[in-house]
Amino acid sequence: MREFPGTTGLVFNEPLLWEKAKKGRCGMSLPRRDVDPAPLDDDLAGDAPDFPDLSEVDVVRHYTRLSQWNFAVDLGMYPLGSCTMKYNPKINEKLAAIPGFAGAHPLLPVEIAQGALRLMFELERFLTEITGLDAVSLQPAAGAQGELAGMLMIHAFHKSKGSHRTKIIVPDTAHGTNPASAALCGYVPVKVRSNDQGILSPEAVAAVTDEETAGIMITNPNTLGLFEENISQIARIVHEKGGLVYCDGANMNAVMGIVDAKKMGVDIQHLNLHKTFSTPHGAGGPGSGPVCVTEQLARFLPVPRIVQRNGQYAFSEEYPESIGKLHAFYGNFGVMIKAYSYILTMGPQLKRVSELAVLNANYVKEKLKSVLHLPHDRPCMHECVFSDRFQKDHKITTLDMVKRLMDYGFHPPTIYFPLVVEGAIMIEPTETESKEDLDLFIDAFKAVAKEAEQAPELLRQAPGRCKVKRLDETSAARHPCLSG
Amino acid sequence: MKELGELNLPDDLRYAEDHEWVRLAGDKVVVGVSDYAQDRLGDITYVEIPQVGDAFKKGESCGTLESVKAVADLFIPLSGEILAVNDALAESPGLVNEDPYGEGWILEVKPLNAAELDELMDSDAYLLMLERLE
Amino acid sequence: MRYLPHTPEDVASMLSDIGADAIEDLFSAIPPDCRRDEDLRLPEPLTEWELNGRIASMARQAATSPDYRVYMGAGSYEHYVPASVSHLLGRSEFSTAYTPYQPEMGQGTLQAIYEYQTLTARLLGMEVANASLYDGASALAEAILMAIRITHRKRIALSRAVHPLYRRVVRTYLEPGGYAVTELPYREDGRTDLARLSDSDDLAAVAVQSPNFFGCIEDLKTAADKAHEANALFVTCFSEPLAYCLLKSPGSQGADIACGEGQSFGIAPSFGGPGLGMFACKMKYVRNMPGRLVGQAVDADGRRGFVLTLATREQHIRREKATSNICTNNSLCALAAAMFMASAGSTGMRELACLNRDKAEYLKNRLAGAGFRMAFPSPTFNEFVVEFPPGFDAGYKRLLERKIVAGLPLGRYYPELQGRYLLCVTETKSRTDLDALISEIMR
Repeated sequence: MREFPGTTGLVFNEPLLWEKAKKGRCGMSLPRRDVDPAPLDDDLAGDAPDFPDLSEVDVVRHYTRLSQWNFAVDLGMYPLGSCTMKYNPKINEKLAAIPGFAGAHPLLPVEIAQGALRLMFELERFLTEITGLDAVSLQPAAGAQGELAGMLMIHAFHKSKGSHRTKIIVPDTAHGTNPASAALCGYVPVKVRSNDQGILSPEAVAAVTDEETAGIMITNPNTLGLFEENISQIARIVHEKGGLVYCDGANMNAVMGIVDAKKMGVDIQHLNLHKTFSTPHGAGGPGSGPVCVTEQLARFLPVPRIVQRNGQYAFSEEYPESIGKLHAFYGNFGVMIKAYSYILTMGPQLKRVSELAVLNANYVKEKLKSVLHLPHDRPCMHECVFSDRFQKDHKITTLDMVKRLMDYGFHPPTIYFPLVVEGAIMIEPTETESKEDLDLFIDAFKAVAKEAEQAPELLRQAPGRCKVKRLDETSAARHPCLSG
Repeated sequence: MKELGELNLPDDLRYAEDHEWVRLAGDKVVVGVSDYAQDRLGDITYVEIPQVGDAFKKGESCGTLESVKAVADLFIPLSGEILAVNDALAESPGLVNEDPYGEGWILEVKPLNAAELDELMDSDAYLLMLERLE
Repeated sequence: MRYLPHTPEDVASMLSDIGADAIEDLFSAIPPDCRRDEDLRLPEPLTEWELNGRIASMARQAATSPDYRVYMGAGSYEHYVPASVSHLLGRSEFSTAYTPYQPEMGQGTLQAIYEYQTLTARLLGMEVANASLYDGASALAEAILMAIRITHRKRIALSRAVHPLYRRVVRTYLEPGGYAVTELPYREDGRTDLARLSDSDDLAAVAVQSPNFFGCIEDLKTAADKAHEANALFVTCFSEPLAYCLLKSPGSQGADIACGEGQSFGIAPSFGGPGLGMFACKMKYVRNMPGRLVGQAVDADGRRGFVLTLATREQHIRREKATSNICTNNSLCALAAAMFMASAGSTGMRELACLNRDKAEYLKNRLAGAGFRMAFPSPTFNEFVVEFPPGFDAGYKRLLERKIVAGLPLGRYYPELQGRYLLCVTETKSRTDLDALISEIMR
């Protein structure tokens, strides 16, 4: 058997920046002063910022040491459910850093920015092809902003019909961003429960849908990793009452090349380029959350939109019904380059990506269900959800198990989400993990499950091999110390 | 988490469905949250309480209790006006965990309608409700 | 395919363990009426080498330095980025991690963001800064929504000298809530006219930008007093944070919330994104703040560590009652900014800020000497508005052919400012460049 990746090694301590600084050092080559000083009036000028002074070596060692305290996709399997922690190709990074793109000013006259516009234009076309919808805006800076764009378009749609609706239906399995985005738009989220199969029933949706319903937000596949099989029927119910269907595309990695959003009855769908399209998560962003719509809603998309006229690309603001702007410029262009590069690298093989993502998740589900409770034992999509019910007898929780998993060299899955499963353990392996790495992860989880029975204290004390032991989050929240 | 049998549910209190307790003290009532509520929420990190003089109708949200990873509304179990709040919770929200029926009290309320008190559960009925809930 | 490790044998053996005959069986839950009719119509896969060529040729179609001399700021600034910063930022332990929800495996990011929050709070003279928002525009929108939550008022006053694109984003965010936006005019000196503010306006917030869109440094102290007299919160924003290495900080002048764009600190312009939404406020408002916060903690052995904290404000816990819907923010950009601030340090940041101001003043004086009028007399940092004579459109185009972008024409954003151009000079322009610009304009 292969060794587990987790081990001990020499990890360096590193103080805070200002604990190692010394006045008078500088870690940056300062540009030559070739003009005279032009001092500001005293009533405007302040003191120099209270920043630490460090040499370049100080700074390089500081961040290199800090980096070694992180776990990352490039270090090992990172099976966070609903996050799609797939491999982030290096060529994408190189291409996004090409000076012609990285250095481009967003307000350049478009005739000298044609390459950037062309890239965005083509990426929009690719995303319409992948979703089956008709038009796209790349402007949302992340998934949640894509959701906001969607809600704003629903709002604008009803307004254009002279009606003002108040409610958005949100299933109990939804990401927290869904109700928050709806509320930001002034809508009251109405919760609808999933059935004992873990999906929405048309009856449950019909029961809460009425003339006040602006729309439904539905994640498909949902956060239990299950395909919402009744989505077409649900869409018809909502449409009959005049509402719209918003699909949270966070889990698109399961169904590329397989489903057609328009056929499902979806009117609006956002995508997360930092999930499905391989751009790195950056330890919390930047992401990119393009929003795709049907033809009837295209006029509400954020502006400016990119148009092609006489072989030239241009920005157009000529959409009077547009919801307006969400980003100062056009969104996270640097992230778009990486997604564009990924799509060109994969081409129609994106379907294979989804197939293998689903294969990997089902494999993990099948192999772990003997040691972890599986609330919904049926074929899953790209992720599977277990619970800690089997470990309850030993007073071991989900948190204890995943902390112990760290010692084996794996990042924990998403835990305690979705809320409909108590003690949830949500595993999304993604397609870029090999069978060997999956087997090692499965063995590690099995070993942890065994330890839960035989040596539960080991789990409660875990992790033991990370830079720090378990942290006291309660004290941190009771007496917040947010800056040094 | 405590088993239901391990919970401390004093007999001299009345309980609401949303896990608040009420103690009659002359013409006013003291309100807090039950041992069950504090146990299920976990270590409480912040208590958001209304201001003295605010008035609420029975069942309205009048504040929140926060733990590291959860937020629960505090629903007022009786209609009335807030007479006093436990200022010690600002500095020591953990009192709600350590002593939910004593130092961890949350509000004093001047009830608008004394009959509402009779609508609340006694400890046996509350425990029965918890058993059904679990 | 190099990103897909499965051999046919792997697939066969995994399917057999699952008890399925084919991968297609795993998709049996998807009804026919949801399925695509045909395969994806995308270009055939490119090799790495083909891709290099294709994207490089597209990138060559954009005008960037050193080929071009771009004197354009307006929310996106060309500053030098030390190789050490780019190198460190490229470490995939940072870039390929997720939000540090499991603190024991994300201490590197957590400490770095805690340091970022600290440096940002110090720069802005504020008590607390968050871990970042998307960009300056959405940060301003979030700041205004925060002020509305705190004050329970529904009207805001927004200076017309705030970046016009930021103002449009604010309107998008405020539109469905039915909040009213009053725009405050700018005075002839280029600063915001606050004369008509009063408490009867029932304002949640007064929002200005400094240096404002015209580059003019606002009188924040007076504006803060005016806002507070009207019982509104004072929100300041910025598009050029480097200015605060020279100017009095927003916090010292009475800001309740200070926010803006941090792209200047080690982040490439990248055609407008990703940038960095910097966001700071007074500690008493922290529970109303949007976005993530990192706090100091101790571990089971009593050692210092860092965690995400006060998360009950956020959407994943408070859902529809959250302070914002933001989840993914711009963490890696915040890290770049922290690396940049740490590299230059107090001494270096001050000198950089002075160089920006001094070079801009040099160009301003040369232009004035050549007979061009400055549109506004107020002091500026690294941007200013100059009035070119009627018919300069043709001159602007001629300069473009000479690979010089002579600022941003303002007529599109302010019809009354037709013929005025917003010019920006950073440390990347040498005196020789500036002299060359003057002679090209004079030709």
